[in-house]
Amino acid sequence: MELTLSILLGFMIIGAIFALHAKDLLSAIIAAGIVGYSLVICFLLLKAPDLAIVQIVVETITLIIMVAVILDSTREELKVKIDRRQIINISLALVFMLVLVFFFIQAISNLNPFGEHTLRMASAYVGETAAKTGSANLVTGILFDFRGYDTLGEATILFTAALGVLTILRIKGRK
Amino acid sequence: MIVYILCFILFLVGLYGLITRRNLIKIVISLSIMEFSIFILLVLIGYIDGGIAPIITGLESNPTYVDPLPQAMVLTAIVIGLATTAMLMAIAIRLYRKYRTFDIREIKNLKG
Repeated sequence: MELTLSILLGFMIIGAIFALHAKDLLSAIIAAGIVGYSLVICFLLLKAPDLAIVQIVVETITLIIMVAVILDSTREELKVKIDRRQIINISLALVFMLVLVFFFIQAISNLNPFGEHTLRMASAYVGETAAKTGSANLVTGILFDFRGYDTLGEATILFTAALGVLTILRIKGRK
Repeated sequence: MIVYILCFILFLVGLYGLITRRNLIKIVISLSIMEFSIFILLVLIGYIDGGIAPIITGLESNPTYVDPLPQAMVLTAIVIGLATTAMLMAIAIRLYRKYRTFDIREIKNLKG
């Protein structure tokens, strides 16, 4: 189980690195699709079918939006010379990474090993969802009943984003 | 433990791209890579060996379910990620129509 997941995650890392270095923007987007669709397989292996369904829909919509934007503009990747500013950026990125590695090492010692999670808050949900909400699917029961306000906020964000996209694409800009 | 480290490496790849790339589309791709790595990390933490998917079938007596709480949270986060990406792509295409480039060094009016 852990080996399969490691292979998939390695595959995702290779796809991500290729997406960042591709010379053609269209192939960069397809390589980002590798990461998204591998995530679907990971969710299925981790016994999360709801997440897999949502992720495959979301990934397809994202790819369609990105391909539409690329076909409407340009596919050329910029030519970046290694100048002073680029060196500053790369060293800044390395510093950020080192800081994050430091905190990650501290955080990972507090986590349980993979596969030995203990239920804390969710144990109440697991016991009571069927009786209290009448839903056979625990994830749906939590999402729409115990944490209904979260879902309301999510719907608000989605609505606001749709309004924002419509507003941005409709108005005429000043030349 | 190795899966957590691989997730973290995926996050670092996204962060590196976010800081060093100069193309708006590549920046959006890096952001979504970072998002994906966080999703998979949260679901990995909630996994229990030998657990079944959190759906009550009534077929098994005394079943062990994987933790449904991270799954519910990640479900919310995936949809919000879609909203963010769509918004960023809309802004990118508007900027392209005004400046005819995706290069953030050329988009001078964004400087404060």
